[in-house]
Amino acid sequence: MTMTVIWTGMVVLSILCGLAAGRGPEVAAAAVEGAAAAVELALSIAGMLCLWTGVMEVMRQSGLADLLSRLLGPVLRRLFPQAAQDRDTMDSISANVSANLLGLGSAATPLGLEAARRLAAKSPGVASDALCMLVVCNTASIQLIPTTVASVRAAEGCAAPFDILPAVWLASALSVGVGIAACKIFSRVWRD
Amino acid sequence: MMDLFFTMLVPLIIGVVALYAAFRRVDVYSALVHGAGAGLDTLLRVVPALVGLMTAVYMLRASGALELLAAFLAPLLDRLGLPGELVPLMLVRPISGSAALGVGAELISAYGPDSHLGRTAAVMLGSTETTFYTIAVYFGAVGITKTRYAVPAALCADLTGFLAAAWAVRVCFG
Repeated sequence: MTMTVIWTGMVVLSILCGLAAGRGPEVAAAAVEGAAAAVELALSIAGMLCLWTGVMEVMRQSGLADLLSRLLGPVLRRLFPQAAQDRDTMDSISANVSANLLGLGSAATPLGLEAARRLAAKSPGVASDALCMLVVCNTASIQLIPTTVASVRAAEGCAAPFDILPAVWLASALSVGVGIAACKIFSRVWRD
Repeated sequence: MMDLFFTMLVPLIIGVVALYAAFRRVDVYSALVHGAGAGLDTLLRVVPALVGLMTAVYMLRASGALELLAAFLAPLLDRLGLPGELVPLMLVRPISGSAALGVGAELISAYGPDSHLGRTAAVMLGSTETTFYTIAVYFGAVGITKTRYAVPAALCADLTGFLAAAWAVRVCFG
């Protein structure tokens, strides 16, 4: 429903604004162009996107994702001290985080939900500190190779679509760091 | 040297992954093709949403409403180092992934992928997630109604991501 309100609002606002600014014909032309541009965009990023989902599948089948997940264990035990003793829960959390790092979105969600289900079983109906941490880690992007956006840049004629990697890593690290810190701080001061 | 490293990073990753997988006796080629098919599924799922959203975004741009909004918010955002043109992207990013992709692609196309704005839009897309959607899926799936501080903490991370994206592009590209 949220998107219904946003989308309808965007359309109505552009018609009103366009009429008020005397740009009615431009709005009418744009309504036709936008839909075609969407399909062109999808076609132009298709090749690179498929290549990467292919490479990610090779990573998954070769066990690289499991390897990453084992490397993450010690870090994650510190982030989730309440669940550190629970082997199965920690396994699903590690698998969720490593799938997110590799950009395997469709694999990350079921793994994360499995971990969330285990964490939620301990405090039904109310989000525990560990569950808040898990959700916040999943709302902050930690994908190492942002393939979709690189595909868009390549489609627009960029010669080095991955030259943004250092900036993406920097911004992601800061954002995840603040998310984790916010969870740790809120968990001490939050009163409900 | 660093430039060459990041230019070669993609083929290197593909090569190393293929070698490692072949060494582990994975059928590399069929895994690659199988995975590429999954990419097509993803793409087919976002196209309908992209058609709807890019139509609305194109109309909004043509009407001049975005310029008005950007001009209105620009003084505040300038202080934070964020270009006003990126306001629509920051507004839709936490709500819808395909909407953000549509808005971002439009910005990258309008200003060029190697422009300061185009790069900042790309880094914002690459370093943030669809926060509200993720929160709804997780808490909805496990029946949590009292979400406590999850939303404010996630929004702190998002806001940091936007500010850090603008800052990181200035640091990395001058």
